[in-house]
Amino acid sequence: MRYCYLILLLPYYVLAAEPSQQRQQDLDNMLKHDCGSCHGLPPKGGLGPSLMPEALAGKSDDFLLQTIQQGRPGTAMPPWQNFLNKEETLWLIKLLRQR
Amino acid sequence: MKSLLKALFLSQLIWCNGVAQAEPRASGDLGLVIEREQGSVQIVNTSKNSALSRITELGDLSHASVVFSRDQRYAYVFGRDGGLSKIDIIQDKLEKRIVQAGNSIGGAISQDGRLIAVSNYTPGGVKIFSADTLEQLADIPAVYGDGQLSKVVGLADATGQRFVFSLFDADEIWIADAKNPREPQIQKFKNIGKQPYDALLTPDGRYYLAGLFGESGLAKLDMWQPEAGVQRVLPDYGKQDEKLPVYKMPHLQGWTNSGNWLFVPAVGQHEVLVIDRNNWQLLKRIPVAGQPVFVTARPDGRQVWINFAFPDNQRVQVLDVKDLSIIKTLEPGKAVLHMEFTPRGEAVWLAVRDDDRVMVYDTETLAETARLPADKPSGIFFASRANQLGL
Repeated sequence: MRYCYLILLLPYYVLAAEPSQQRQQDLDNMLKHDCGSCHGLPPKGGLGPSLMPEALAGKSDDFLLQTIQQGRPGTAMPPWQNFLNKEETLWLIKLLRQR
Repeated sequence: MKSLLKALFLSQLIWCNGVAQAEPRASGDLGLVIEREQGSVQIVNTSKNSALSRITELGDLSHASVVFSRDQRYAYVFGRDGGLSKIDIIQDKLEKRIVQAGNSIGGAISQDGRLIAVSNYTPGGVKIFSADTLEQLADIPAVYGDGQLSKVVGLADATGQRFVFSLFDADEIWIADAKNPREPQIQKFKNIGKQPYDALLTPDGRYYLAGLFGESGLAKLDMWQPEAGVQRVLPDYGKQDEKLPVYKMPHLQGWTNSGNWLFVPAVGQHEVLVIDRNNWQLLKRIPVAGQPVFVTARPDGRQVWINFAFPDNQRVQVLDVKDLSIIKTLEPGKAVLHMEFTPRGEAVWLAVRDDDRVMVYDTETLAETARLPADKPSGIFFASRANQLGL
């Protein structure tokens, strides 16, 4: 109880609930097929770069979150923020890292 | 001696029976349906609206395309993982499969049917193979700048044993003359426009048009006189409009030519562009239900069918070329990825990925006539492509 204030220091996403089972299935499908149309299946790369764990190893969650949410101007990577909220994006990042 | 004769007779009998049992199959009305998730293809019959067989273990088909031998017996499948598979569609078997690169995007078959060319992302370039044996005959690295390799897109076969392709990262178009397939002669066109993402060859084989992702318009090369260089088409198109994010790269390959008009997807817009081939000017911008991916004309050119990028990919629209207006919006199912017309266009097959089915529509009534189960279908390719330039 003494340390409960520490929770306030945790980043938002640690506290965020995971997407529902149904939504997780949709997200997995989206990763395979919509992300996969540029990044491959498994996502070893295509028009977009590889999203395999080793390729993501040096990249922070924040960087990946930003990239997925906002896109990468000047490249073919579009922003996904209208379709994926933060917690869903972080769930996808976790999925990619665990592959 | 007697027993030997008897054995011979018996083996003859078995052989004859074997032949008699195997029903001969023609392939002019066959095709392939790509099943992207499990890396398989179905061989289908478009006269009977039926599936004949499934060929599995073709690697990563998350992006795939197919060309056919001119005798329409073999289908060559180009997979994402650099796999090149030769399938005997008469005998339902994988004839040969090689992995020729790390990451691949498409392919083409030469005018005489003897060569297969594959365009690769990694290592960036084009490789040429014998259509018969899949032996590699030539490697054309897409070198630019200080020795970097570019991803290659929009590979098409042109007359005179030529292959034409575009370098996404280098803003170049190259022609490879493969009359001597072991030593292709390369002609390069530089600064053709930013980031060519795909290309088409007009059905008559005359014009190669590369769509640009990094700026407006298209790059045009006249294959009758390539020495005249690359010209830009619609360079100012949509400059004042806000560009929407692109959730799937449009594709240009297909019959997007109808009479003197060309129908192309507008990148980052909910529009199909109609270009007049007489003067290469914009004739009309047609508002549609999403960002177009495929804009494909029925073989007779009367209709153009359009499918869309995420998040509008549950729709398909039909454009009547007579009035240049949309006459129907269909909602066949979740994620319609591709459309393929039967050889004379009385029907069109749609790949509905997330509903795991292929649907057949009558192009006159615009009603569904059949559906076939398929596992996450993406591309559909019919053997009639064998006799079309640029496909």
